[in-house]
Amino acid sequence: MTIPSASRVQRWAVLRRSATFWVGAGITLMWVFFAVFGELIAPFDPLGTPQDVLNRLDSPSAAHWFGTDQLGRDVLSRVIVGARSALTVALAATALGTVCGTFLGLVVGYFGGIVDDIIGRILDAFLSIPLVITAMIALTALGPNTLGVVIVIGLVFTPLIAKTVRAAVLAERHLDYVSAAQLRREGPLHIMLVEILPNVTNVITVEFTVRLGYAIFTVLALSFLGFGIEPSVPDWGLAIAQHYGFLTGDIWWPVLFPALAIASLVVGINLLSDGIAQAYES
Amino acid sequence: MTRFVLRRIGLALITLFLLSILVFIGTQLLPGDVGRRVLGPFATPEAVDALNERLGTDRALVVQYVDWIGNAVQGDLGDSISASRPVTELLGRALRNSAKLAVVSFVIVVPLGVLGGILAALRRGKLTDRLITVGGLSATVIPEFVSGIVLIIIFAVWLDWFPGTAAAPPGSGFITQLHHLILPAIPLVLVLFGYIARITRAGVIDALDSDYVRTATLKGLPRTTIIRREVLRNALLPTIAVVASQIGYLIGGLVVVEVLFNYQGIGRLLFDAAQKADFPLLAGGVLVVGAAFQVTMLLADISYSLLNPRIRVGGKT
Repeated sequence: MTIPSASRVQRWAVLRRSATFWVGAGITLMWVFFAVFGELIAPFDPLGTPQDVLNRLDSPSAAHWFGTDQLGRDVLSRVIVGARSALTVALAATALGTVCGTFLGLVVGYFGGIVDDIIGRILDAFLSIPLVITAMIALTALGPNTLGVVIVIGLVFTPLIAKTVRAAVLAERHLDYVSAAQLRREGPLHIMLVEILPNVTNVITVEFTVRLGYAIFTVLALSFLGFGIEPSVPDWGLAIAQHYGFLTGDIWWPVLFPALAIASLVVGINLLSDGIAQAYES
Repeated sequence: MTRFVLRRIGLALITLFLLSILVFIGTQLLPGDVGRRVLGPFATPEAVDALNERLGTDRALVVQYVDWIGNAVQGDLGDSISASRPVTELLGRALRNSAKLAVVSFVIVVPLGVLGGILAALRRGKLTDRLITVGGLSATVIPEFVSGIVLIIIFAVWLDWFPGTAAAPPGSGFITQLHHLILPAIPLVLVLFGYIARITRAGVIDALDSDYVRTATLKGLPRTTIIRREVLRNALLPTIAVVASQIGYLIGGLVVVEVLFNYQGIGRLLFDAAQKADFPLLAGGVLVVGAAFQVTMLLADISYSLLNPRIRVGGKT
């Protein structure tokens, strides 16, 4: 059961007035729109055509606003469609981590004790290696592939999200509605999923948006480093990796525009999650 | 106090042990056939077996782990496959280079972050505060290679003020080396600034709202004296802990920055090791990185508790 709260109305009021939330939501929605309808909006074929090779590395012009890349493909089209690979991989990884982390956090928070201690230690050990390096090792060992990126980031997020959910569950565990359910002889699984879970969704929502930002950060860093994305897929990190060698020849457009796209997306999601977090705190 | 320190060291040792198992799993167990992963799909089975025998990866896992960790404790991390040199030798040089880059970043970001945090706290709720907190948080989430690329385009390609690589020619003096390291340091500064400023801001606000500051104000002490003597001394404590906890992050950031700026540091070394499937180098490097992180956290916790008696008492429970 959910404890009915007047605060939901107030939360909306805070969100509606928050400028950062609206700016963040606007930028994020724009990229989500591009990710879904990319090919329809892009002025050229993002995968390129055979005759593209004739105008390799053309500087920005009226036809190609963002110039062309090393294979003569339109940079603007690839930036638009590139939103897809960043968003899908990061979303899948965050969703995986949130589902596993929520379940683990519910179990650990509800039962407590020794399980709690063990998870805490393993988490500490995990956290002493930076996420990029953990992912790099795992992808070296398993061979680089997109599914691997999703699984590795999801697995690393699991204990992090579990930690937050656990704290929230601890606060709920001793409330009357849980005792009531226990007196009704509800099973622990039922209490966790049906009674406690609806009351910790706010924590999970905030955690999800914050982690999504980190996931995009990591996915793009990995694709820049050459782990996880197939070379022909339009991807911002990959585009930068393939073209930053040209910078010495003053060819900046195939690199700068994907970089600005990344910056705007991560900042947008960050403003969005900051707005949501503030609404829940107030 | 001794008890707190001993307990803290014990926890660090347990964590290090778990870490070594994780690293071992990642570099010995996950690759399956290590010899095959190193030599690739076209090597003959004989060559793969020979390499596995030389590396000792044909033995039982427990034996391999005990052997590896036993040698590691004595300072021997084995030989790199790709460079045929001791892992410790390669790590030593790379760590020295990374330390230079890290020091330059910290020297820039710590004063800047602390100042930003103090300023934001003193102007709480005003435009300056929003600019510093929202701006800092936004800078924190931009990946280092993105800010790095934009900096290279503006300051190395267009303006030509700084070199686009971090590596100074061998034998260069201090100034030349510093000149090469400023641009690569800035992406790390941008990521860390938001964290440090936020924690400092929270600390200063807590101190400003405290009873002792009210007492000092009612005594009629000038505001600058109060801020210097009462507020900062208390507010900077949590900052120490945060700065130390960012060391781990910093090394992750170094991978990307060092690859982008072509700098032979620990991040670049780990990246190369991963690309060449050089598992002994990768395992040794990650173990050292994790150990360095644990030691810094330990020192930070101890110095924090030395400065703040409240934590010491709490640690006895």
